[in-house]
Amino acid sequence: MQMTRDFSHYVRAAGHGLQHIDLAVEGVHCAGCMAKIERGLSAIPDVTLARVNLTDRRVALEWKQGTLDPGRFIDRLEELGYKAYPYETESAEAAEVAQSRFLLRCLGVAAFATMNVMMLSIPVWSGNVSDMLPEQRDFFHWLSALIALPAAAYAGQPFFRSAWRALSAKTTNMDVPISIGVILALGMSVVETVHHAEHAYFDAAIMLLTFLLVGRFLDQNMRRRTRAVAGNLAALKAETAVKFIGPDEISQVPVAAIHPGDIVLLRPGERCAVDGTVIEGRSEIDQSLITGETLYATAGQGMPVYAGSMNISGTLRVRVSAASEATLLAEIARLLDNALQARSRYMRLADRASRLYAPVVHATALFTIIGWVIAGASWHDAIVTGVAVLIITCPCALGLAIPTVQTVASGAMFKSGVLLNSGDAIERMAEADHVIFDKTGTLTLPDLELVNAADIPADIFELAGRLALSSHHPVAAAVAQASGATSPIIGAVEQAGLGVRAMVDGIELRLGRPSFCDAEALIGAGGNLEAEASVVAFSKGSQKFILSVRQGLRPDARAVIAALKARNVGIEILSGDREPAVEAAAQALDIAEWRAGVTPADKIARIEELSRRGAKVLMVGDGMNDAPSLAAAHVSMSPISAAHLSQSTADLVFLGKPLAPVVAAIDFSRKALHLMRQNLWLAIGYNVLAVPIAISGVVTPLIAAAAMSGSSILVMLNSLRARGASQEIA
Amino acid sequence: MEILVILVPLALALGLAGLAAFLWSLKSGQYEDLEGAAWRAIADDDPPQKAQVKH
Repeated sequence: MQMTRDFSHYVRAAGHGLQHIDLAVEGVHCAGCMAKIERGLSAIPDVTLARVNLTDRRVALEWKQGTLDPGRFIDRLEELGYKAYPYETESAEAAEVAQSRFLLRCLGVAAFATMNVMMLSIPVWSGNVSDMLPEQRDFFHWLSALIALPAAAYAGQPFFRSAWRALSAKTTNMDVPISIGVILALGMSVVETVHHAEHAYFDAAIMLLTFLLVGRFLDQNMRRRTRAVAGNLAALKAETAVKFIGPDEISQVPVAAIHPGDIVLLRPGERCAVDGTVIEGRSEIDQSLITGETLYATAGQGMPVYAGSMNISGTLRVRVSAASEATLLAEIARLLDNALQARSRYMRLADRASRLYAPVVHATALFTIIGWVIAGASWHDAIVTGVAVLIITCPCALGLAIPTVQTVASGAMFKSGVLLNSGDAIERMAEADHVIFDKTGTLTLPDLELVNAADIPADIFELAGRLALSSHHPVAAAVAQASGATSPIIGAVEQAGLGVRAMVDGIELRLGRPSFCDAEALIGAGGNLEAEASVVAFSKGSQKFILSVRQGLRPDARAVIAALKARNVGIEILSGDREPAVEAAAQALDIAEWRAGVTPADKIARIEELSRRGAKVLMVGDGMNDAPSLAAAHVSMSPISAAHLSQSTADLVFLGKPLAPVVAAIDFSRKALHLMRQNLWLAIGYNVLAVPIAISGVVTPLIAAAAMSGSSILVMLNSLRARGASQEIA
Repeated sequence: MEILVILVPLALALGLAGLAAFLWSLKSGQYEDLEGAAWRAIADDDPPQKAQVKH
């Protein structure tokens, strides 16, 4: 069979007879990498552009149409020491990027207007206490209006739209008081200018927008960065499938280019990237990512296979049923739907604050107006004072209180290998007081490791490792890796479903099932073989050995569990795996609460039971079978090696082999929530001080501007403290 | 004070020119990779850039 690589799915026409492709690259950290990659790729003839984006860790490439195969770039990057794969911008990310650019445009306009209006305001303030003529002041006010009104109309869009949406839905959010405040302040300033008054608040209104847009932009940028990284990781998983493009012609294509009805080939040792039905072949498949079960299942004609399962021993032909969309076990799909519907709309801290804030502020302004009228002031003076109250209560500190902390905290989490999927994840994570771990793939690593390497003589071990190199079987891969063997034995033959054999110096070597090596008698005699381990035998002539292989715990799992206990968090294991395997893990980690053989429905039932007792559950899981419970829990986390569905359901995703990010996420979010509350109190405290001044009617635009920037800067500086929160876990 | 008739429009024109420059730089993708741009400034020898990135 002829095998080709096909990346045409990712190539775009860039005009002028050029073609364009974007690659996600792993391991680009510094200027050195950047120069190395750009030089290396530019050296390929006919390449017209090779530019690295260091922020998103991507490379943009353009070349003359029809001269190159994109596969060459990937090979070239591999030579340079970087793993790369074509990348396709998902609609979600494209939307984030567009939104973040729009906010930056608004911010530019608002900042320009603020600076220029200030330039006109300062002469007015100083002129008011010296010798400015009323005509000159009016002229400056009109100029301010000329700048501030169009700028506010443009830069205020994000707030006006969101406020309008909230009002249409008969609710209120933070943007409603902001919009009302800005529009009233501008309207009043125009009226005052017409009446040749001494004060106008154009500067305050536009400055308010500028500060708020800074907060919005930071918030948006955090989401955008998370999306970019998640997109890269998804791309670098390089999910391809081998598709039949003729009776015996196959081509390796990205999963994105596979359609239902296609026939794909699944070879031993490959992870299935599609859902489908087996139409030919027999094999064992590892479905631990689907069900948590570590024992292999058999797959034969007519049986379904799911994306994420690992093909172990035989070659299969699979007809695709729905590529890249999880057609799941019906039960999981149903449970997930229910869990998502039942997910109580969590009230964000910011929304809760604004719920209280808006009525209080607007009532205060109203009472101020009524109070002054009763006290005998003119309507005009009373209204001016009322609007001054709205301006001075300054939603900008409130508007910045939460996004700035979120930005700083998510940046810090990012450095410890945690990505956020949802904005309010930090707040919910901070409340978690009970952690449920899935075992397979969460507490343990997906790869197998050899348990009893110490019991095997070194020379035998090396032979076994070299022989194992000739097999695709994951167990063999674990043996090979443990032995550090690099040179396969020439002439080794793999017998599907049994093992590998080879002749060395006239002695036959065999590695595989105990029956294949005639070593069944040894099983159980070894005594130290653990319950959940898979067993493989090795024979050299008549010498026979048993090797036992299992999924190893994550290296720091013990320390993480201890650290969680120290933080007064309840811990339990709920796993779909068999009892001995779960028990062994629970004992090794010193976790008292555990249950084995749990179905997805059981997991949800347990979470609901805990929630009824008032616990806030953090669910950490990776399997398809965990997806419903990830959605049902108060907050959820999954490793980057998790099934697609679980990853998109989880609130946070953590990278790498260690489990430490779970603790880091809890620490950072607790610290962040504390700071958010502190910021809100700062903002409220400021208002308590400022409002009486405003009500008494002595607020000038100068005082308003100074107070506003003062409170905003204070809140921002306080947010920076969210950076250092987590202690290192050994 | 007649000088204001010249100075104020001049100041505004300069401000607007700055804003226009900012919007142009945003549009041409110069804010897409701030980290990389920081390093490029001090790189020893820039590899020849043959074209502007178009988005």
